[in-house]
Amino acid sequence: MELNVQAIQKENPFLSEVVEASGEKIQACFQCQKCSAGCPIAYAMDILPNQMLRHIQYGHREKVLTSKTIWICASCYTCSVRCPNDIDIAKIMDVLRSLALRSGAEPGEKDIPIFHSVFLESIKSKGRIHELSLIIQLKSKTKDFLRDAGLGWKMFLKGKIKLLPSRFGGGKEIQEIFNAFEKEERR
Amino acid sequence: MKEISYYPGCSLHGTAREYDDSIRGVSKLLDIQLHELEDWTCCGASSAHCTDEELAIELAARNLVIAEKNDRELLVPCVACYSRLKAVEKEAKEHPEKVHFSYQGNVSIRYALDFFCDEPILEEVKKKRTKPLSGLKVACYYGCLTVRPPKVTGIREYENPRHMDRLMKLLGADPVPWSYKTDCCGASLVMTRTDIVKKLNDRLLSMAMEAEADCLVTGCPMCQANLDTRQEELEKETGKKYNLPILYFTELMGLALGHRDAKKWFRRHITDPMKVLRDKGLM
Repeated sequence: MELNVQAIQKENPFLSEVVEASGEKIQACFQCQKCSAGCPIAYAMDILPNQMLRHIQYGHREKVLTSKTIWICASCYTCSVRCPNDIDIAKIMDVLRSLALRSGAEPGEKDIPIFHSVFLESIKSKGRIHELSLIIQLKSKTKDFLRDAGLGWKMFLKGKIKLLPSRFGGGKEIQEIFNAFEKEERR
Repeated sequence: MKEISYYPGCSLHGTAREYDDSIRGVSKLLDIQLHELEDWTCCGASSAHCTDEELAIELAARNLVIAEKNDRELLVPCVACYSRLKAVEKEAKEHPEKVHFSYQGNVSIRYALDFFCDEPILEEVKKKRTKPLSGLKVACYYGCLTVRPPKVTGIREYENPRHMDRLMKLLGADPVPWSYKTDCCGASLVMTRTDIVKKLNDRLLSMAMEAEADCLVTGCPMCQANLDTRQEELEKETGKKYNLPILYFTELMGLALGHRDAKKWFRRHITDPMKVLRDKGLM
């Protein structure tokens, strides 16, 4: 299918934004629903993957960017490999999450975006993920101190919890990567 | 002696220590020398690509630039790292303008399972196998990103991969047929939507048991942690009995090759594999 990008840009800026950022032919979706049939998490979604593509086609920006679906998609790529029109739906979900964060809209899932930001903060400060610090940071933000506390202790006893983060030498480069990202984000 | 660069990734320095130890142990027995990348940093994993494409590319690319300083292949045991590094490889080829680091695209990135299934290594395993895993029924669990998406992994049999099955057979184990080989366990949601993860765990564990597997074998530190650690909690909710050990393929390689530390690796598991292994006369 040939894309007439200029024509959709005028009519439907949201569709053209997602098409451009993902490089995927979203207009090619003919609603066969194979993506949703194979999705292991579809049962928990508020908008099914095939419906998501239709909403994008219709330009329903707010509905899409405030959905739960874009956050609970586990990026397993089952939908992407089964789409008869070769639309990489998992990649589109990445684009939607990134647009949602930049839009400043209230996310449909509370804890998942917090998890991602804590995870990235952890890389920024330590270069690598130190699992124990990550969990402590996450809990201090979500205020959910009890969940998995018993499991954490069991894992500690099995020697699976490393108490101190490892030292690393790439700090300057990591800082530069994050500086560029934060500058872009503020724009 | 074969030499290879090694990017362990964050999990292998923490919750997946037995994966790291068993890879190092097995490599030594097979005359493979690992060179851990100097000053490697996190690949950005699921959080970077869920946040910003450029950030995801840069965090992974930095490590490939380090790996490119020599001409060795790069061994990557964690599936999330592998997927991110391979995604950058693809970008470097198709959209070089997106990769700001001066990465030439010359690193051969090898996922550990694929690497250990190379023909010359399998030959070596065959020669050095001292303790065949006779009678051990294994459910080979590939998960998502070891095979998907094939445009990144290059795997042809992405709906029904069989390379781990072949490796297990070579070790003397008995891989059972089951249809959940490449179904997702939801590990990226483990700290935030545990309810979803538990539902997926129940499905995978139940299906592996229905196939009469004694254990489930994986090459992914996230799948392992996810499926290994929540069985007791899950039993309380579903009323089912699981007790299905979740083992790394490298641990079973080490066991079949007679590595003396194998017991130490198995002791780190939350769902204890010792009973099953003892019952089969393997411990």
